[in-house]
Amino acid sequence: MAKHETPLLDQLESGPWPSFVTDLKRQAEKKPECWDILGQVELSYKDRITHWKHGGIVGVFGYGGGIVGRYSDVPKQFPGVEHFHTVRVAQPASKYYSTKHLRHLMEIWEKHGSGMTNFHGSTGDIILLGTRTEHLEPLFWDLTHDLNQDLGGSGSNLRTPANCLGQSRCEWSCYDTEECCHQLTIKYQDEIHRPAFPYKFKFKFSGCPNDCVAAIARSDVAVIGTWKDNIRIDQAAVKEYIAGNYPSNGGAHSGRDWGKFDIQKEVVDLCPTKCMWMEGGELKIDDKECTRCMHCINVMPRALRPGVDTGATVCVGAKAPILDGAQFATLIVPFMKISADNEFEELIEFIEKIWDWWMEVGKNRERVGETMQRVGLPTFLSIMGVDPIPQHVKEPRSNPYVFWKDEEVPGGFERDVEEFRRRHAA
Amino acid sequence: MPTLEHNGSTFQVDEDGFLLKGMEEWNDNWVDYVKSSEGISELTDEHTKVIDALQEYYKKNGIAPMVRILSKTTGFPLKRIYELFPSGPGKGACKMAGLPKPTGCV
Repeated sequence: MAKHETPLLDQLESGPWPSFVTDLKRQAEKKPECWDILGQVELSYKDRITHWKHGGIVGVFGYGGGIVGRYSDVPKQFPGVEHFHTVRVAQPASKYYSTKHLRHLMEIWEKHGSGMTNFHGSTGDIILLGTRTEHLEPLFWDLTHDLNQDLGGSGSNLRTPANCLGQSRCEWSCYDTEECCHQLTIKYQDEIHRPAFPYKFKFKFSGCPNDCVAAIARSDVAVIGTWKDNIRIDQAAVKEYIAGNYPSNGGAHSGRDWGKFDIQKEVVDLCPTKCMWMEGGELKIDDKECTRCMHCINVMPRALRPGVDTGATVCVGAKAPILDGAQFATLIVPFMKISADNEFEELIEFIEKIWDWWMEVGKNRERVGETMQRVGLPTFLSIMGVDPIPQHVKEPRSNPYVFWKDEEVPGGFERDVEEFRRRHAA
Repeated sequence: MPTLEHNGSTFQVDEDGFLLKGMEEWNDNWVDYVKSSEGISELTDEHTKVIDALQEYYKKNGIAPMVRILSKTTGFPLKRIYELFPSGPGKGACKMAGLPKPTGCV
């Protein structure tokens, strides 16, 4: 595999941001098939169209997913990418690594594949980019036997779960997102590796409403940490902020002069429910009216902390636009205890109740968010055994097309028109 | 596209080894051929039951059945289907039955 002329891609080697073209060229010195990656991408830049064929079904025995098959539509020109399958490898919670482990993984990957990777895919997996079909089983053997690492998910199944780094290095995390993500990933290996669902299904775990894994937008079940009691206030630290001794937002806005910190303007007046005020030099919060938006805590991390009665809000149904339009997850359980002490029992029961129902009624390629839309939120809640509460809606319905059940209406739905006509002659 | 020969039958397949002309070219030799590439040592009545179910559903509906419908019609839980077809119902059973290649976000 020879070098190709890549005048268009070469332009992407200038500028300050790390250049993927430079990286590819460096890897090509070791793995010549990378020249063909560059060649085909250059051709796509010129033709303005992809040169990968449609689809591709490859895999390893025992699993129905984990590997995304890909073939070049110009294999004669670029034999190095004739097969260019992508392997999804399960990542550790929060993506903490040792160099030893990464080196070992890269040794395996350079032995069986192109050496090119994506760290990481949007769902969280380690992505190994580009190998041939005949390498898949040997690669899988080495991954599992030498590295003790498994594939991630693809297809109509539970995809690889992901979490924010949680209590490992964040003072706001309201539950152990890493433990929860890890435990549930282990528990649901079968659902990850062998597609059994109407469509894909994702979990994501965030420690607080800042939602650093974007669970609310990118998972079918979003578990977002929160607390039930009061925000913990350190009044002495509040004074330090006011005095300008502590930088607001941990110094996040230090790149520009925004003037002296003004607690009234930057915290009290920006509170969405206006439940804060200053009184005698002390910051007061009416916690009953607080929606736990995180703003005040984000601005003054050294003075304000989440409460101690912590758990998570569970939202369901986020998805990208196809087919019925994009959706964020909608709140189903305002507060759930999330604890390794009971092996995440409540959350597991919740998830399995969704699956039991969705696997039965979900149409082919229908995300759970669409199934919810189709049957309606009230039906979904009753299936889940959740009592409707005002927190389930942003606002009540404005149309009057209200369904009632037979048993909710005195006399039911069975009526005799003859009887009606005795009082109202036609 | 590659053409391959097995026991005197010729088949046109795509790069993933799915029959390009589907059930039109499908016969016992195809089943015998796929058996070797999909990790199946011996073909049993249970394999045949899955293949028949897939073909029947496809002829009637023009699509492959969802996994749980396949489980329901054959009475085999997913675990059993993977025991029969190590590559799973898509890559294993559908290929052997001569159904078109599964598509979408796989």
